[in-house]
Amino acid sequence: MTQADEHLLEVEHLRVSFHTYAGEVKAVRDVSFFLDEGETLAFVGESGCGKSVTSKALMRLLKPPVARIDEGSRISFCGEDVLRMDKKRLRALRGAEISMIFQDPMTSLNPTMTCGKQIMETLMLHRGMDKAAARKEAIRMLETVRIPDAEKRVDQYPHQMSGGMRQRVMIAIALACNPKILIADEPTTALDVTIQAQILELLQNLREELHTAVILVTHDLGVVANFADRIQVMYAGQIVERGTVREIFREAKHPYTWALLRSVPKLAKETKQELYTLKGTPPDLILPLAHCPFAARCEYCMPICRERMPEETSLSGTHGVCCHLQHPMAPKVEGFTTMQGGSAGG
Amino acid sequence: MEEQERTETIPQEKFIIEGCREGEAEQMARPHIGYVRDAWRRFRKNKVALIAFIILCILVFLTIFGPSISGYAFEEMDKTARNQGPSAAHWFGTDKLGRDLFARVWQGGRVSMLIGLTGALVSSVIGCIYGGIAAYFGGIVDDVMMRIVEILISVPYLIVVILLSVVLQSKSIGTLILALTLTGWCGVARLVRAQMLQIKSQEFVMAANCLGVSSRRIILRHLLPNTISVVIVTITFDIPGYIFSEAFLSYIGLGVQAPDTSWGALASLAQANFTFYPYQLFFPSLMIALTMLAFTLMGDGLRDALDPRLRT
Amino acid sequence: MADCLVEVRDLCKYFPVAGKKTLKAVDHVSFTIEKGQTLGIVGESGCGKTTCGRTLIGLYPKTSGEILFAGQDVTELAGKERLRFKKRAQMIFQDPYSSLDPRMTIAEIVAEGLQVHTNLSRKERQERAAEELLAVGLTRDYLNRFAHELSGGQRQRVGIARALAVEPEFIVCDEPISALDVSIQAQIVNLLIRLQKERGLTYLFISHDLSMVRHISDYVGIMYLGALVEYGTGAQVFSEALHPYTKALISAIPDPDPDSGHEEKKIRLSGEVPSPVDPPPGCRFAPRCAFACEACHAQMPAWEHAGEGRYVACHRWKEIKEKGV
Repeated sequence: MTQADEHLLEVEHLRVSFHTYAGEVKAVRDVSFFLDEGETLAFVGESGCGKSVTSKALMRLLKPPVARIDEGSRISFCGEDVLRMDKKRLRALRGAEISMIFQDPMTSLNPTMTCGKQIMETLMLHRGMDKAAARKEAIRMLETVRIPDAEKRVDQYPHQMSGGMRQRVMIAIALACNPKILIADEPTTALDVTIQAQILELLQNLREELHTAVILVTHDLGVVANFADRIQVMYAGQIVERGTVREIFREAKHPYTWALLRSVPKLAKETKQELYTLKGTPPDLILPLAHCPFAARCEYCMPICRERMPEETSLSGTHGVCCHLQHPMAPKVEGFTTMQGGSAGG
Repeated sequence: MEEQERTETIPQEKFIIEGCREGEAEQMARPHIGYVRDAWRRFRKNKVALIAFIILCILVFLTIFGPSISGYAFEEMDKTARNQGPSAAHWFGTDKLGRDLFARVWQGGRVSMLIGLTGALVSSVIGCIYGGIAAYFGGIVDDVMMRIVEILISVPYLIVVILLSVVLQSKSIGTLILALTLTGWCGVARLVRAQMLQIKSQEFVMAANCLGVSSRRIILRHLLPNTISVVIVTITFDIPGYIFSEAFLSYIGLGVQAPDTSWGALASLAQANFTFYPYQLFFPSLMIALTMLAFTLMGDGLRDALDPRLRT
Repeated sequence: MADCLVEVRDLCKYFPVAGKKTLKAVDHVSFTIEKGQTLGIVGESGCGKTTCGRTLIGLYPKTSGEILFAGQDVTELAGKERLRFKKRAQMIFQDPYSSLDPRMTIAEIVAEGLQVHTNLSRKERQERAAEELLAVGLTRDYLNRFAHELSGGQRQRVGIARALAVEPEFIVCDEPISALDVSIQAQIVNLLIRLQKERGLTYLFISHDLSMVRHISDYVGIMYLGALVEYGTGAQVFSEALHPYTKALISAIPDPDPDSGHEEKKIRLSGEVPSPVDPPPGCRFAPRCAFACEACHAQMPAWEHAGEGRYVACHRWKEIKEKGV
């Protein structure tokens, strides 16, 4: 464990809002976290919970004036304030020190450029290589992401490749400058199961080889179990529970985390048994939400949950949860962990 | 200590598990906004387009009521007041025959606007039907229909106008509109076809097919309503084109004939004395430029406002 | 089989592609679905499962083969007969965003089929639409909303209500959950199971997600590059997969347990699905298969009977089964 002031990335009180016709949508509501070198942190939650917005805010990729990072937010990367960086510094940061891969590799690659050129462009821009050296390095990068026939593939266009190959090229571009942080936003959602497994394995190997810190954004807890070091469960723009993988999978304390754990697809023994479901849909973030945002969908909802916002209760150095069930006066309930298999308390 | 306080202030019954209520998490937070109101709201936010819209409203108002405001009839000649500059009596001045230019500019505006609006409207209707049929049936029908369009587009419209005025022996407004729209709908047809092909491949059209909905109904209920915004935008971009074409034809003497007038005809008449009486050229030209600019800027705003995907 | 509702025999669907080649999207596929049961079809993208479903429902004309619906060949139907088939067989689509017309209200979308198949008045149609919405868990408040005002899961439920409104017997569910969040997927699967029990519906459930297919299906067919490679009851296929491809698919399901250590034992497929234009000769899975021998590359394996109600297309399934790999 490093000292608190030596974190690679530190985010404090991040608030992001979108200004729309119907009013102000508060997409991220006071989120604080940190990331250390070589570590993997996963943001898990349903669509619209603010996980993607948070990761985009780290690179200042949100477009003003519609999206705004509110006053009081602080993002510091290696001790430098990202929110105060000028355009030039920001360009150097993006791609060279923090890079990102997206869900759909087809729309994030330029269809009119060969894959090799796209990697070379990054290398020439950020690492000042000449053309020949960049090409050599591009081929080496393609080999690093396990693309067969890299010499040949380097001159191919994205449409000549399959979805899995394109995602590999995206990873190669993202890793070209040896960034300190790689943000992977739902990197496997658009891919088939067998390809998904390949890409996850690749990311895992690369992380060990290159010692890059990874932020993995996903809606599927099943994906992160063997991949992440720490997990942050997000709901309605807030972190409702954070902890190490073991703490989340074994000792989860928030009903929302239980629900997510229970909805991880598993190969069932019986056919047509009722699957566990989380009822309803997440709240519209245009609402002010002065109480627990999960109250309307929570099986363990208490009157207090509809009145007050719960504060974070710290259970260990790494494990924290925002839930009224942690209050000393609240009844003790048995949650759900993967240890117990299919039987949940309640 | 603080923990103690909290425990005291909250009564125990606040901590009884009651679970969630049925349907509670399905409530809609945002008010329902209709399509037209939503489009208007987005249009209003585009200040440039809004100003263009206001200018257009003023121009239309003046073309309707302008000729009667000045107190002179547009063809009324006054030998005593020839080639006068703008004054309190004649706001835009008079021409070489002593006719009030203010009245004439708005009378000419009527013709220009009429040609612009009908031209764009007629060509859009024809283009929609033609493009819709080509897109829906596809295959060989589409191929043949689109080849015809390509041939028509390659015919220069100046030749069409001259031929028509010779054949029909008339240079009336009707002939002018006919000549302009004869090939003008081709662009709209292409655009509508492309848009419809894209919509046709969407799953909701497939779903209608599954339900056994007839071809006619699929075109009317699904394909057309989803192309209409594109068509509206095209119309607004087309109108200035027609106005300019009319102005150009009148300027070279193929358009509106005296005593009737249009902005193009007024400009044509004024150019002979341009060095002495520049105001005679200035006012009709200004109106042509203003109208074209306003329509183009408004079209831009409409395009953004009518797109249901852009909901910010 | 007396109660067989859908029977597909040697169905082929080829598409012409540039250069006078053919894309064999569906190649000699045969299966049956009994009344009130669910057949799950699983495969990766490009394996032809969606084309198979669309051909079955009559959206694409077949190239060859037979599709029998309640004993009647439905591929040659026209006019009234065809309309009657369309009332009995419906479809639920994959993309909840493009499957609802953005210019229609939810009420209009759900009632659209009623206009075609019934003589109800506008008001009665509206009532029926409200009933169907309620059946999928949406209240009357949604009737006058537009699709873009709804979340992905809610839209998908509207799509289900639209299909249900004409009271079909058979529904093709074309990847109805793959575009949704994991937590919402279960809502839709549960809804489909409940509706099947209440109304005796028959489903063809197409998906790439094995674990969800396992939940809803009585029978499962695994497709690879246009052809079925394995078929059996859900229990058979998932507890004792015969085809190497099925085994690989099962082990690709991410493990939700951080300490399971299953990662090491997993079968990882190398490479990706080749193009269905000019597929390799012999077994189509051979280039990616760990067990491929010479025969696999040279000859297409037969669709073999492998026990009670089970079929597999693999040259070496017996060896693989005995060795217990």
